[in-house]
Amino acid sequence: MPLNAEHEIHRRRRSRNVGLAAVLACFVALVFGLTVVKVQQGDMMEAFDHQPRVSVLPPEQPEAAR
Amino acid sequence: MTDINTYEGAPEAEFRDFVALLKPRVMSLVVFTAFVGLWVAPVDVHPFIAFCSVLFIALGGGASGALNMWYDADIDAVMRRTQGRPIPAGRIDGNAALSLGLILAGFAVMMLGLAANWFAAGFLAFTIFFYAVVYTIWLKRWTPQNIVIGGAAGAFPPMIGWACATGGISIESLLMFALIFFWTPPHFWALALFMKSDYHEAQVPMLTVTHGRPATRRHIFAYTLVLAPFAIWLGLTSVGGPIYLAASVVLNALFIHGGWQILRRSEDAALADGYAVERRVFKLSLYYLFLHFVALLAQNLWGTW
Repeated sequence: MPLNAEHEIHRRRRSRNVGLAAVLACFVALVFGLTVVKVQQGDMMEAFDHQPRVSVLPPEQPEAAR
Repeated sequence: MTDINTYEGAPEAEFRDFVALLKPRVMSLVVFTAFVGLWVAPVDVHPFIAFCSVLFIALGGGASGALNMWYDADIDAVMRRTQGRPIPAGRIDGNAALSLGLILAGFAVMMLGLAANWFAAGFLAFTIFFYAVVYTIWLKRWTPQNIVIGGAAGAFPPMIGWACATGGISIESLLMFALIFFWTPPHFWALALFMKSDYHEAQVPMLTVTHGRPATRRHIFAYTLVLAPFAIWLGLTSVGGPIYLAASVVLNALFIHGGWQILRRSEDAALADGYAVERRVFKLSLYYLFLHFVALLAQNLWGTW
């Protein structure tokens, strides 16, 4: 059996590590893409506290204009 | 050298072993039917949200596949067809598969809720529960009707796709469910007729084992008859049209004819030609389902009723 600096086991571990890295990178891209689309569609929820975003709500009519 | 040799007895998993846990071939059916369900729904969905929704439905399907492989590792080790799967082959520990399945299931449901809506997410959660617990843990080893009821899990994806777009259920999505639900038993029983020794050795109560092969042949024919009206009815709803209806009538005639041929054959005749008819009908059943959903897509592009 020849002695190799890299054993079969290292190749298998690398395939897992690279695979997981690719999955995580795809997940980041996916969440970013979803965020962009949701904001473009005018979703009014702020993610951090689940409150409507004041800046996109229709302005309140002043009392006199009603 | 000893330390290297000890590793050789227990091969470590590669990335593709984890992918295999998710049953990619079953996933392809889930992706396709969920996509069609979403596409033909009467509500427009942003393409990126549609892509993400189908992806998360597929991941949910993959999660239930991993849970199924975790629970069925003992059966898989006996059956020739499944001996090479990662858990029976010793490449992945059963607990690792269980963790992957549970985490992925939770992840897929949460992400589908955020991407599409929470009705679709709840539906996906129910589907995973149905496949992993109701089918795999309760029914599969207990009743020969296992695949009839378990087939429901495979029939939910187009309904979830439809729910992603519309946020609910309607007659069209129920009929897409019925199409896959009634198609599953004849499909799997045709397979069981020519893969006979496998299920027997694993002691899974397949209809061929519990009620005998002539009864299985009668069941296959009966289900092709029950399936046809639902498949054709779908063509009369808002997602149907002449293309789908024509395709459905032809495919159902072929499938019923195949069921009839299976019914008329004796076991001796089947043994003599190596189950040629059963294999042909099994193959036909794959085309049957695929072409029905292709016809739905084509009809949608061409314009429905």
